[in-house]
Amino acid sequence: MKILVGIKRVVDYNVKIQVKPDGSGITTSNVKMSINPFDDIAIEAALQLKEAGKANEVIAITIGSKTCQEQLRTALAMGADRAIHIETDEEIQPLTCARILKAFVDKEKPELVILGKQAIDNDNSQTAQMLAALANWPQATFASSIEIEENTAIVTREIDAGLETLAIDLPAVISADLRLNKPRYIKLPDMMKAKRKSIETLTLEDFNIEQAELIKVLKTTRPTPRQSGIKVETVEELLSTLKKKGLI
Amino acid sequence: MNKVLIIAEHDGKNLNISTARTVTASQGIAESVEIVIFVDDGNIIATQAAAIAGVTKVLVVENPINKHAVSAILAPQIEAIANEYSHIFAPNTTFGKDLIPRVAALLGVPQVSNIMRVESPNIFDRPVYAGNAIVTVEAPNGAVVGTIRTASFPEAAGGGLASIEQCEIFVDIPTHTRFISLAANGDDDHPDLQAASKVIAGGRGLGSQENFNIIYSLADKMGAAVGASRAAVDAGFIPNSHQVGQTGKIIAPELYMAIGISGAIQHLAGIKDARTIVAINKDADAPIFEVADIGLVGDLFTIIPEIEKALG
Repeated sequence: MKILVGIKRVVDYNVKIQVKPDGSGITTSNVKMSINPFDDIAIEAALQLKEAGKANEVIAITIGSKTCQEQLRTALAMGADRAIHIETDEEIQPLTCARILKAFVDKEKPELVILGKQAIDNDNSQTAQMLAALANWPQATFASSIEIEENTAIVTREIDAGLETLAIDLPAVISADLRLNKPRYIKLPDMMKAKRKSIETLTLEDFNIEQAELIKVLKTTRPTPRQSGIKVETVEELLSTLKKKGLI
Repeated sequence: MNKVLIIAEHDGKNLNISTARTVTASQGIAESVEIVIFVDDGNIIATQAAAIAGVTKVLVVENPINKHAVSAILAPQIEAIANEYSHIFAPNTTFGKDLIPRVAALLGVPQVSNIMRVESPNIFDRPVYAGNAIVTVEAPNGAVVGTIRTASFPEAAGGGLASIEQCEIFVDIPTHTRFISLAANGDDDHPDLQAASKVIAGGRGLGSQENFNIIYSLADKMGAAVGASRAAVDAGFIPNSHQVGQTGKIIAPELYMAIGISGAIQHLAGIKDARTIVAINKDADAPIFEVADIGLVGDLFTIIPEIEKALG
């Protein structure tokens, strides 16, 4: 079985982002960039399936500028067999991203696509579901466990009501949630080796896809900060404050 | 003329409160707001939906395949009726997040996720970067497909008298996705986290699953729902459905008490709209105190029993 994993380069989750004063976006120069944490989990899930003998190839794919190759190197260092870079400097929103992935899936024919459940920059949570729709494949989003039984995946999903289990026929799309696994640490020698591995580079012209219309960002602003609060010293003081507010 | 279609969220028995919040978000957009319910047997849910003020019509699509319906089954049915509407919305809960992108892709339109403010019928505000920035976005011409950030909108009032219409939809339904089971939280006797006006939440500071009982006990006393930080869920203190934050539930209760929660930005993303935030933590430098309205530095294991005792 071949597994395709999509990864996105995002501002590292530890960075406190800054909104540009002119409202044109957030500052990304000189900011640490990483693989979207959910995509990291997706790679780990694919590697674990390979190590368990359920898959024989893990392909990592990303769409974006040249700098995204850093994240593909990380995926290779973790253990991905191949890395595909679809190079573009254009803004690629989820529907276009899903169309590109669909075109790639048609060509490469993986039995399973694992993506992160959302990217922590735009917090959209769309691409996996859109890809599944375009391919008319099953989807199992927000996965916290995956078991492969022949041509079916049994996936447990973290949903608001609890844990839902679905059976989905392969090929299928799964999106990874936090508790699916703990991604492995990369050893330095593996990082060095990954630097020498080749990355296959493609462009949007290699795919015959129609770009979706864009959701246009008109402005970016800082959220209204909460008024600073008070510190109380005792439980008594806490409770009398809550009483005054009519909360107890 | 703008016409909104809202996909009802329900558990097969009752309408979820998120639906009435989505109605509120839709009210400035169109004169006509319809709710569609996909269900195997839907009379009660239809009655509940028809009673939401501001709803024009309730469509009920009763079909055995709609029992525990997954998105792969719902999306083609929504696609079949979509062309009558200018807007298609669902709440940005795990239900809507799973479903709406599948609908948008079938319709070939981009999606606006997690709408927190409606500026105009096609201009919306939404949070990005875990709520650390807000973007104002404009959807292109054509159907607007989106999810509504329920914490940003109050529940629409009751007392509505919408008409209820049975509706049959004939489309090919895939069999590639099958529902197996749902392991619910198992605490039906506590208020629902997303609907509760008070939430008591515990974090890593609780130390164990057993210690979490003091959170449950205080919540019971106060009639509150129980929430948790990701750290507490990861440590196995409490099931995932209690997680509050960027990737868990986004809530807006009147009172949120964060107990033994340090306040990572991902957690704060889930509580920003709480009216009053109380933080109890032994670490005076914990980031939770930066957003708390009332902070109390100290050992939760002495403070919580004291609060409980004082409440009588």
